[in-house]
Amino acid sequence: MSVSPAAKPLRPLLEAKGATMRFGGVTAVNAVDFVLGEVELRCLIGPNGAGKSTFFKMLTGQLTASAGRIHFRDTDITAAHPHEIARLGVGIKTQVPNVFNGLSVRENVFVAAGRKKSLARTRAIVEETLTRLKLTEIATRLVGQLAHGQRQWVEIATVLAQEPELILLDEPAAGMTKEEVERTAALIREINRTHAVIVVEHDMPFIRMIAKTVTVFNQGRILIEGDVDTVLSDARVRDVYLGKQAA
Amino acid sequence: MTRPPSPLRALVRPAALSFLAMVASGLVILFGAPHLLDTFGLVQMTGFVAMAMFALSQGFIWGYGGVMSFGQAAFLGLGGYAYAVAVLNLGDSTLPVLLAIVVPMLFAGLLGYFMFYGRISDAYIGVITLTVSVILFQLVNTTSGSQYRIGEAELGGFNGIPAIPALNLPGDAGNPLDPEGIWYAAMGSLILVYVVLRAILASRFGRVVVAIRENETRAQLIGYDPRLYKLLAFMISAGIAGLGGCLFANWGGFISPTVFGLTMSAQVIIFVLVGGLGTLLGPILGAVLIQWLTIEAGAQSLIDSNLGLGAILVTFVLLIPQGLVPVARNLFLRLGTALIGRRMRAKPLGPAPGAALAGEVRR
Repeated sequence: MSVSPAAKPLRPLLEAKGATMRFGGVTAVNAVDFVLGEVELRCLIGPNGAGKSTFFKMLTGQLTASAGRIHFRDTDITAAHPHEIARLGVGIKTQVPNVFNGLSVRENVFVAAGRKKSLARTRAIVEETLTRLKLTEIATRLVGQLAHGQRQWVEIATVLAQEPELILLDEPAAGMTKEEVERTAALIREINRTHAVIVVEHDMPFIRMIAKTVTVFNQGRILIEGDVDTVLSDARVRDVYLGKQAA
Repeated sequence: MTRPPSPLRALVRPAALSFLAMVASGLVILFGAPHLLDTFGLVQMTGFVAMAMFALSQGFIWGYGGVMSFGQAAFLGLGGYAYAVAVLNLGDSTLPVLLAIVVPMLFAGLLGYFMFYGRISDAYIGVITLTVSVILFQLVNTTSGSQYRIGEAELGGFNGIPAIPALNLPGDAGNPLDPEGIWYAAMGSLILVYVVLRAILASRFGRVVVAIRENETRAQLIGYDPRLYKLLAFMISAGIAGLGGCLFANWGGFISPTVFGLTMSAQVIIFVLVGGLGTLLGPILGAVLIQWLTIEAGAQSLIDSNLGLGAILVTFVLLIPQGLVPVARNLFLRLGTALIGRRMRAKPLGPAPGAALAGEVRR
């Protein structure tokens, strides 16, 4: 899909040039060039500390790049605030679930859906999202009382309810049962029909379920980028990250 | 929608019901008190209500906005002084009442802008608000002497401003209200502010304010600017505190720098803690209860009254940290669920209906 010329827009949806993040003497993300097309699905993999989550934080304004530029379509978002980037149409499920623990599931989704929308429209989005993620049954429960897997789903629901164009998912399958992982994979494929998605994940079977193009991070740099089978069979990738389990 | 709603919810909508019950009891007290109490009792109640208004402002910004204002007395004092100065100059009390709300709001707007947009962390917001209230206290304290006057009003330094004209009906400046009239004005405005706050919390704005309290990062990542919401909530709370200050000035006909004092700021935190953080009824009840206890304790000579109050606070913090109202509500809900559950034993209960209800009512 990413190679077909028809799918390639004139300007990429997201483009990072030389994106760098330094914390004191540590360079967590080092001169990363990254391009994502419209409605593309990209998986980011790499060992712990490779800079994947830091990169996500730079894309969403939670961290401001020490150097380099990041563009979302025509807008320079390098120094933008998180809420400004969110308003442009970027949604993120963070690695550690960020949810409103003291609110019910429905209220969580409502707050996410309701920005700058009519009440009727908001309610419609809320019910649709709850049904889509099979959360209707627990809609009145407090999110703080739910199991980890369910909280992950609630967070994904809030991200979808804000109707973003680009969705970032940081370890969406972490802590989920096998069945839940399969549901998540199916959901990501479904979302990707209309939205661009970037997924950070460690779970190799999960990556194989969804991936088309994979970018491998290592020590803050992009090690290799390409088709999933090519990347996963690359010797360097195995060395830094996969070890023998990919064989 | 597939699962039938839990039994208790099918019978009543707790949030709406509790709201109506609250307003109804408020109205009963509003019209009942003048018949049951003598003038002394009514004046005392008016003082309680002024402090309840103050407690409501703290309960809103702390319990719902998640902003720990440790110097809420700054706004109480600004409101009281704004009213006193304006009414001494203008005669008619209508504009002074508005000023008592607007002046603290604007001050909070300025202070809040620097705090929230300056990315000051929560702990320092407590320190800054506390410091500001102390500065105001010292400032007003030094204004003794006839050179410190605003128009007709002499600020009076530590002695404060005596003989503040009471409220009057709009346009009827010659006829200040009697104690009964002041009672109606005070209790009436408390009910009004309660209703307005309920409406705010039910609105989208209010939900976002609460959501930011729950998780600021998530609110940002959805596209809300927490700084703006916190600033607005802070200003609303300052306006309510200012109105409390206006009522306070009317209650005694007198105001002095002690309204800016540490004791005031500390007292209101105790009101909220005892009554229940994260509720609106809690701060009101806490204010009335603690003040009543203070007066009762002052009337006896067995133990030192401050010692007694200290003991009460320690008891609450250790044993019932959620405060009275949440504890009473959970008890009531559990009781209700148990009773209805027994009646409907044939049908299985949904998972933890009490928990779901608690979530609903919390707004």
